[in-house]
Amino acid sequence: MLKLSNVSKKFGGLSVLQDVSFEVPAGKVFGLIGPNGAGKTTVFNLVTGLVAPTGGGIHFEGQSLPGMKPHQITRLGLGRTFQNIRIFKEMTLLDNVIVGMHSHLNYGVPAFMLSLPGFRKREQQARDKAHELLSWMGLTHKAEDIADNLSYGEQRKLELARALATEPKMLLLDEPVAGMNASEKTELMAEMQQIKKRGYTIFMIEHDMRFVMGLCEEIAVLNFGRIIAQGTPDEIKNNPDVIEAYLGREDDEPVTGVIT
Amino acid sequence: MTESFDNFWAIYSNLVLTIGINGLLALSIYLTLSCGLLAMANAAFMGIGAYTASLLTMNAGAPFSVALLGGMAAPTLVALVIGAPTLRLSGVYLAMATLGFGEVVRVAILNAESWTGGALGLNGIPQSTQWWHVVASLVIVLLVLWRLRRSRVGRAFEAIKEDGVAASLMGIGVLSHKMLAFTLGAAIAGLAGALNAHLTFFIGPSEFGFDRGVDILTMAILGGTGGLTGPVLGAAIITLLPELLRSLKDFRTMVNGIILVVIVLFLPRGLWDPLRFKQWWARRKAVTAASGEKR
Amino acid sequence: MLEQQLVNALSLGSVYALFALGFTLIFGVLGVINLSHGAVFMLGAYAALQAVVKLHLPLWAALIAALLFSGVVGMLIDVLVLRPLRKRNAPHLIPMIATIGIGIFFNNAVQGIFSADNQRFPSDLLPDQQVYFAGVQVSVLEIAIIVLSFALMGALFFIMNRTQIGRALRAIAESPKAAALLGINVEGLFLLTSFTAAALGGVAGVLIALYSNAVFPLMGQPILHKGIAVIILGGMGDIRGALVGAMFLGFAEVLSVAYIGSTMRDAVGFGLLFLVLLLRPQGLFGKVLERKA
Repeated sequence: MLKLSNVSKKFGGLSVLQDVSFEVPAGKVFGLIGPNGAGKTTVFNLVTGLVAPTGGGIHFEGQSLPGMKPHQITRLGLGRTFQNIRIFKEMTLLDNVIVGMHSHLNYGVPAFMLSLPGFRKREQQARDKAHELLSWMGLTHKAEDIADNLSYGEQRKLELARALATEPKMLLLDEPVAGMNASEKTELMAEMQQIKKRGYTIFMIEHDMRFVMGLCEEIAVLNFGRIIAQGTPDEIKNNPDVIEAYLGREDDEPVTGVIT
Repeated sequence: MTESFDNFWAIYSNLVLTIGINGLLALSIYLTLSCGLLAMANAAFMGIGAYTASLLTMNAGAPFSVALLGGMAAPTLVALVIGAPTLRLSGVYLAMATLGFGEVVRVAILNAESWTGGALGLNGIPQSTQWWHVVASLVIVLLVLWRLRRSRVGRAFEAIKEDGVAASLMGIGVLSHKMLAFTLGAAIAGLAGALNAHLTFFIGPSEFGFDRGVDILTMAILGGTGGLTGPVLGAAIITLLPELLRSLKDFRTMVNGIILVVIVLFLPRGLWDPLRFKQWWARRKAVTAASGEKR
Repeated sequence: MLEQQLVNALSLGSVYALFALGFTLIFGVLGVINLSHGAVFMLGAYAALQAVVKLHLPLWAALIAALLFSGVVGMLIDVLVLRPLRKRNAPHLIPMIATIGIGIFFNNAVQGIFSADNQRFPSDLLPDQQVYFAGVQVSVLEIAIIVLSFALMGALFFIMNRTQIGRALRAIAESPKAAALLGINVEGLFLLTSFTAAALGGVAGVLIALYSNAVFPLMGQPILHKGIAVIILGGMGDIRGALVGAMFLGFAEVLSVAYIGSTMRDAVGFGLLFLVLLLRPQGLFGKVLERKA
């Protein structure tokens, strides 16, 4: 569904990604893992159009993405969350989610100026759908609260709800469980299984190995800007290059204990 | 009863109408602020609207309604032209660019003497503005902005104001929305300018420069940018202030300056702040509930 | 004749540069567009004038007095207004709005105290000798202005590039939080920067006041607008850019007055500003990247 072909990215003289190629198949959960600084978020930024690739091609359902504006890419069916949570802190939870539906609320100027029935119906549908998404994430009791008042884990869930509101075909999740405690992670894992069952394709970046191994059907490993391995969780677990990438770097926490 | 009203009106009609016109100006900058843009160009747009409308009535003999439309159309066109390149700039650059633009307009007006009368300004503009023109304009603008806020466009503005990148990833075309806020703000400012010119029958380039821009900003910041009531309230206060502080006439602008600093430091969301009212109300309820429980 | 104009341009440009440098310092280090800088400029001129007229100080002492006075005003602005806003993590347009208010306050306070009339330095105080230098007739005043401006700018460059303090300031300009973690006294350096920037602005004010022999309450406004044009032209937050932009503007203005006419003089700066913003918004030397927290 999403295909990267020989993608490279340089910032000034610094080469962040080199010759990155992989494919995210439709309907599956795909994970991109790798040590810190490997360039994972850059991949997301390239796909969503926030940054342009220095070389190579990116295709979503056959359509070439580089050159398109971020909002156009979103409308093609790519929804995204951020590593450092970018919810709209001063808006209510409900509004946060409804904003995600922006491109689907196709009423025209006369409709909202005159408060025509078509406008009101669509707005009501949006509110209902937002409530549904929030209840899916277990947040519906706080729908009218200001987003800033949420706990960290709840904010992550809100971001996910908001991304779902854009009616994406593929979800790009940047470290969806970072900073969550164990029970929150288990909850989210269950919710992600639900999301997958409903037909969404999930492409995630994560550090938590248990989470990745438990959910992902296919994994690619990025190290120093290059893909060093790709395959099923079992294949990855046993891949010597991957183990070296995680163990061999002095400043990384030893990960062996977590790869179960 | 009506006689005392007639007396009141005879003395204060100008003041009341000016409050209305300033309300329009404050709303025009509120609109851009609601999208996260600090565009200090609205005074210049007001000037463009004022001069266009006046030239239409004085030189072309156009009816007032046409002049008003022209006064709205001209700044809108200018906004469309300069908007595209400048709205890509982020916060501070945009503020600087629009400040600079304002100066360019002022100098242009000064130099286009054959059209604008240069430094001497335009005199003898027909005083066509009636009270109902101002009221109707204000009501229509408030209505339009109110409906806008409740639609997906208003939500998009809020989202862009908080985080333009996240907003774009919601499928919101950030630049096109900024253009909308900017050009609509220009149109409203132009309308205010046209109405004002036909009220004061004289306009000069110095009226549409940096001082005016600061006045407009102060009105919005003082009143509060959380909703539509704030800017109108701020406009009323700033317009009435010199009347109430007659003795401090020379220090009027200084008071504006002090207000800006004090509000920014102590009441950042302005006087009319629905959020603060909610919190205050919630705290009072908690206090009365607590004291009720103690008994 | 042309050489004469070039000298005029050089002296005008160097004063613009002094002003723009202060402005750029505050933007680069504190991250604030300080629109009260024009008022500080004006306060420097008035301080020098008062020192000369009321305290009967010689010109060089008055200059130092103006420098100190403006510097202190700059520090007060930082402590009373900018620091509380920093503590509150206000989005950076808010401090700018506050500085607009401060500028207005000073402009009008001075107008109220001293009246809006143009005041002059006592004529016997102004050096009016002319000197021949490389075949050009230059006034001693212009030479003094150029020399003083370049001396101050040179000192600033030296400090920024060759000293520990300069390194610390550049670190803060990159990222105040990171600098604090490195043990740099960020608040203290903010105060120092505010002092220095305002002091430079005040000196610029005195120099312009001597050059044009005019002191009036709103003298800072046109300079402020030009300062904005200069730093956008040169690239915001970049010191070399401020210098280059200021010189460029000085030359453009003087030459346009000489060859086109004086009415367009103020428009030249803004015309350039517009072109730059359309074609290369980050200016000549500016970086497009936004500053990290």
